Amino acid sequence: MHSVAIKTSPAARILWVAIAIVGACCLGVVALRRGEPINAIWVVAAAIAIFAIGYRFYGKFIEHSVLQMDPSRAPPSVLRNDGLDYVPTDRWVVFGHHFAAIAGAGPLVGPVLAAQMGYLPGTLWILFGVVFAGAVQDFMILALSLRRDGRSLGHMLREELGPVPGVIAMFGVLVLMMIVLAVLALVVVKALTHSPWGTFTVACTIPIALMMGVYLRWLRPGRILEVSLIGLVLLLASIGYGAHVAASPVLAPIFDFDAKALAWLLIAYGFCASVLPVWLLLAPRDYLSTFLKIGTIALLALAIFLVAPTLQMPAVTKFIDGTGPVFQGNLFPFLFITIACGAVSGWHSIIASGTTPKLLANEGQARLVGYGGMLMEAFVAIMALLAAASLHPGVYFAMNSPSALIGTTVEQAATTISQWGFVVTPAELLQTANNIGEHSILSRAGGAPTLAVGMAQLLHSVIPGTGMTAFWYHYAILFEALFILTTVDAGTRVGRFMIQEIAGLIHKPLQETESWTGNLLATAICVGLWGYFLYQGAVDPLGGINTLWPLFGIANQMLAAIALMLATVVIVKLKRERYVWVAGIPAIWLIVCTVTAGCEKLVGPISFTAAAQKYAASLQSGQLLAPAKTAEEMQRIVTNNYVDMALTAIFVLLILTMFAFSLRALVQAWRTNHPTAHEEPYVALASVAG
Amino acid sequence: MMMKARWHAFRKWAVQTARLCCGVPDYDVYVKHLREHHPERKVPSYPEFFRERQIARYKGTGGRCC
Repeated sequence: MHSVAIKTSPAARILWVAIAIVGACCLGVVALRRGEPINAIWVVAAAIAIFAIGYRFYGKFIEHSVLQMDPSRAPPSVLRNDGLDYVPTDRWVVFGHHFAAIAGAGPLVGPVLAAQMGYLPGTLWILFGVVFAGAVQDFMILALSLRRDGRSLGHMLREELGPVPGVIAMFGVLVLMMIVLAVLALVVVKALTHSPWGTFTVACTIPIALMMGVYLRWLRPGRILEVSLIGLVLLLASIGYGAHVAASPVLAPIFDFDAKALAWLLIAYGFCASVLPVWLLLAPRDYLSTFLKIGTIALLALAIFLVAPTLQMPAVTKFIDGTGPVFQGNLFPFLFITIACGAVSGWHSIIASGTTPKLLANEGQARLVGYGGMLMEAFVAIMALLAAASLHPGVYFAMNSPSALIGTTVEQAATTISQWGFVVTPAELLQTANNIGEHSILSRAGGAPTLAVGMAQLLHSVIPGTGMTAFWYHYAILFEALFILTTVDAGTRVGRFMIQEIAGLIHKPLQETESWTGNLLATAICVGLWGYFLYQGAVDPLGGINTLWPLFGIANQMLAAIALMLATVVIVKLKRERYVWVAGIPAIWLIVCTVTAGCEKLVGPISFTAAAQKYAASLQSGQLLAPAKTAEEMQRIVTNNYVDMALTAIFVLLILTMFAFSLRALVQAWRTNHPTAHEEPYVALASVAG
Repeated sequence: MMMKARWHAFRKWAVQTARLCCGVPDYDVYVKHLREHHPERKVPSYPEFFRERQIARYKGTGGRCC
């Protein structure tokens, strides 16, 4: 049988033993040292050692024994080469492309929110989650698609599990997408609320993108890198000018909005951006955000290595008992829901069965791109966690706790947070706000502002100068807002096509993507769907992120569980039953986490149901509960919570249904004594290449 | 000489990766493919090729993550 034949020279063996020892020591320091703060470098070193070992040994085991990747087999890029979508491409180019496609706001937000439990739980989940679940999922789905002409996740689900579960899963993907768009847009709203500087720079991206679009269309067609450089210079200039806007009594009020107004602006913007021709606004912003994203991640890594900050957050805080202000719920299951992207993200299964399998030049490169790409993303998540944990814990909690808990003044916030055991003075909170050029840092949940403060402080230590912290803070906000908004625009367009496809089943002409009626109608429905949840988040008593992020986490991990169940079924269908645990254990773990989290959100003290009933009861007795100011607003909060409850119930049902279908397919395949997976037949690469 | 060749290879890799991240595949590869396999088809200019790819990128299932 195919066993792992790892040939190693004595020198290589010594090297791997050394890496293992160094990794174990670093992890020991991270996990066991108590009472005194540790340096971020210990975490970075532990992460690098664990990822290297995971990639070299577990990744290779999956490649050789479980998936039996064969470099001599012709991949889809060769068999269906069309020079455009299917092209055999250099593996490092594919790696860069794949990483740019999977890296988003998710790995930056989740770990920051999870830092409320201390840096240790999040670090351990990212390190081990990615090696045993996240990277496994990405790699296996990529490999399955590679053996199936580069087919999509939906297509593979229909083929391997049956048409009904395929349709159910795709419905789940559509709902997940709406939640993703809403929660990401909410991150932007939280970052820009009453921040004229931030709002001004983000608004500037629109004229800059339009200019870039015109330049690319008529002046210098196709010169992406050139125009992106020009765009970057203009963006930096707009950050610089933003300081002037924020200080001006005339200009500042024009860009000063509350959360509700910003939500409406984003909804209107999302509608326009996805209706306009792509070359004008969407594409140029996409180029800018892609390059800015990669550049900023590199900058963050550089800053962490150069500054080597000390982690001020304790390893474990008392909030592992579920009483934390940032998100509610115990360590299990909510830590594993909060950090989705970075440890394991279901969304990646869509990317890994999208463009990437059509580009790989042979199967031997799938581990680098699939497993290695996800390890890189986990490293980004670790860096985000370190940036948040290197902040003063008092500042961290002031930024991430809802105003319903810490009040609206620095004095109230400092008193409350100091009572939690994180001693902080009002002056320290004011000073931080001053340093970053904002009036207030209170209740800016959503991860982006916290990460921005962390990054600004790190970068300021590298490049000192007065006012530079404020510049870097707004740079970080702009970078996150830019690529979140690009995701929102592109996602709205994709959602629109999905909705038009469904509408076409009812009334054929609506399917025409070129028709204005179908276009406007479907876009309006799509924007309406995510816009509803965004607006609900903007008026939420607990600040929105608190409510929506668990919903997003549940949905994303649900998709990951579905992808891993598919991988498990296929392994059994290939009659490699003894490896069923490789995808099976992470799949079961994710099912347990999502279903437990879902149930806690359905019944019990932290459930949507309880929140709805609390507001409904007050409404009946004629009392108003903050932040609602009228009975109408009270009613809206009740309705919103019931909608969230229904949605959670749908997710739980969906995952249980998918589990039942997978189990049925699995048992059937186990009883059959020959392989039944739908792989394309073997074609030797040597016979077609050339 | 070695350094120069390496720098060129790196530059080529960086440009190709950057373009692919934006959904624009390698133009030279496409032209070569057309000449070899479809000599009857017209070879598009780079601007034409770029416009076609730009529109094609946002039709699919969205090549990005949360």
